[in-house]
Amino acid sequence: MTAETQPEVIVIVGAGHGAGQCAASLRQEGFEGKIVLIGEEPYLPYQRPPLSKKFLSGELTIERVYFKPADFYATAEVDVRLNTRVTEIDRAAKEVVTTDGTRVAYDKLILTTGSRVRELKAPGAGLKGIHYLRTIDDVEGLKTDFHAGKRMVIVGAGYVGLEVAAVALKHGLEVTVLEMEPRVLARVTSPEVSQFFHDVHTEAGVNILYGHAVTEFKGDGHLQEAVLSNGSTMQADIALIGIGILPNVELAEAAGIACHNGIQVDEVCRTSDPDIFAAGDCTEHPNPIYGRRIRLESVHNALEQAKTAAAAALGKEKPYAQVPWFWSDQYDLKLQMAGLNQGYDEVVLRGDPKSRKFAAFYLKDGVLIAVDAINAAPEYMIGRKLIGEKARVAPERLRDINVNMKEVADS
Amino acid sequence: MAKITFIDHDGTKRDVEADNGLSVMEAAVNNMVPGIDADCGGACACATCHVYVDDAWMGKTGEISDMEETMLDFAEDRRENSRLSCQIKISDDLDGLVVTTPESQH
Ligand SMILES: Cc1cc2nc3c(=O)[nH]c(=O)nc-3n(C[C@H](O)[C@H](O)[C@H](O)COP(=O)(O)OP(=O)(O)OC[C@H]3O[C@@H](n4cnc5c(N)ncnc54)[C@H](O)[C@@H]3O)c2cc1C
Ligand code: FES
Repeated sequence: MTAETQPEVIVIVGAGHGAGQCAASLRQEGFEGKIVLIGEEPYLPYQRPPLSKKFLSGELTIERVYFKPADFYATAEVDVRLNTRVTEIDRAAKEVVTTDGTRVAYDKLILTTGSRVRELKAPGAGLKGIHYLRTIDDVEGLKTDFHAGKRMVIVGAGYVGLEVAAVALKHGLEVTVLEMEPRVLARVTSPEVSQFFHDVHTEAGVNILYGHAVTEFKGDGHLQEAVLSNGSTMQADIALIGIGILPNVELAEAAGIACHNGIQVDEVCRTSDPDIFAAGDCTEHPNPIYGRRIRLESVHNALEQAKTAAAAALGKEKPYAQVPWFWSDQYDLKLQMAGLNQGYDEVVLRGDPKSRKFAAFYLKDGVLIAVDAINAAPEYMIGRKLIGEKARVAPERLRDINVNMKEVADS
Repeated sequence: MAKITFIDHDGTKRDVEADNGLSVMEAAVNNMVPGIDADCGGACACATCHVYVDDAWMGKTGEISDMEETMLDFAEDRRENSRLSCQIKISDDLDGLVVTTPESQH
């Protein structure tokens, strides 16, 4: 990179996982200019996964959820501006505008605006006792209602809903999960794995109702009752809505940056404006392993794209080519998923789900495209590697637990 | 409180002080020790916090769970003294602990 194109000021918008990594990576890449990190939440970048797990259960304190300690930003000379929302990108002037009208000039801009919860539109949805789960403040709010003996209704059987169900049950709440689809985790896994999680949760004592949506919440200031789509009603003291997220694209969109199901970026996280980059939940990006554009909601994606975007902002091309992966903790179960299973034509189970230790491998035309591993690290670790290699694997070897995963890889 | 020494694959040493109850991974991240990415933040799900524990300390770092054991088994360059640093809990007994970060994590 030539001296004249070396940026002097890099502004990062959003202060989540991706933003924290961006700041760290810019310094690791040797950037000596000014870094301004602007986030609307009152907290330094923090990790969201514990919010529905060990932070909700009280096992982790807030200090332990931060992505990096406060010292880091001082040492790395990052100008962090919290409680500050960016309302406009003025591309012509190369400035961002914040809520109080302050204009901050940039040479390169990195958008890590993440995503927000999808809201449930129903009468009464504003009653006290109805919660979402995306931020530390959401958890603090939820905790005020989260007491043993309370009747909790969880709307949506995705990861967040199921993780909260597990924690709530342990805390002595009575838990009902409502799901519109006929199975849990319908959007992300196969019927086989959904069945497993259904069994685990119902055996633990969670009541799961399928084919149900909430049409109305009732209560006198505070939630008392949920009305379901079939007209029946359910008593409830507390509700958690976990019906998915929406990428925060509006800021970019208003500035005329190409957006469609996310801020559009190329393999080095560059947007349609060559001085503006984006990383994390807010992007739709090309994935060379699958040969298509995807949007992901995972820490790994936020971290890796942040590294790529930081490098690209400094003129270094480090194309992003990763096998997506994700984890979820529920009860004593660790679920690790690698790859994307959309379009699979064969699912191979390895191990017995009843033993709470098994894996589901997804194949398409004989090529391994995804794995869901439950308490099964070898299957996950080797599976992830094989997915990256677009390996062809023989289903009968995958299925045979007497064939070591290392040997499956060699076949 | 314990003093922990992190050694890079190329021999650079960094001493850090960390509170009891935190993990060795957190001690590294809080003190910006390179070579420990800790992608999953300590969920024993990523194996990017792999370290080699100095032989003299191996016995004091606590039990290895089945999950950690299998994650390590498939981590790059596993050795006898491999641990996932997020699974080692700091206590007074670990004051003076020495660990090395693998080359593959740099
Ligand atoms: C409860 C929960 C559990 C999860 N569990 C897991 C898990 O187990 N494993 C996993 O891999 N992933 C998990 N995830 C997903 C993971 O947390 C996200 O993928 C990750 O946080 C994405 O990081 P990000 O930096 O892209 O965006 P975010 O973390 O969403 O951060 C974006 C930040 O930008 C701010 N912002 C947006 N617009 C503006 C603006 N205009 N001005 C200023 N600030 C702005 C937002 O307020 C937010 O603070 C979980 C998420 C949640 C909510
Ligand atoms: S931080 Fe992920 S396994 Fe230790």
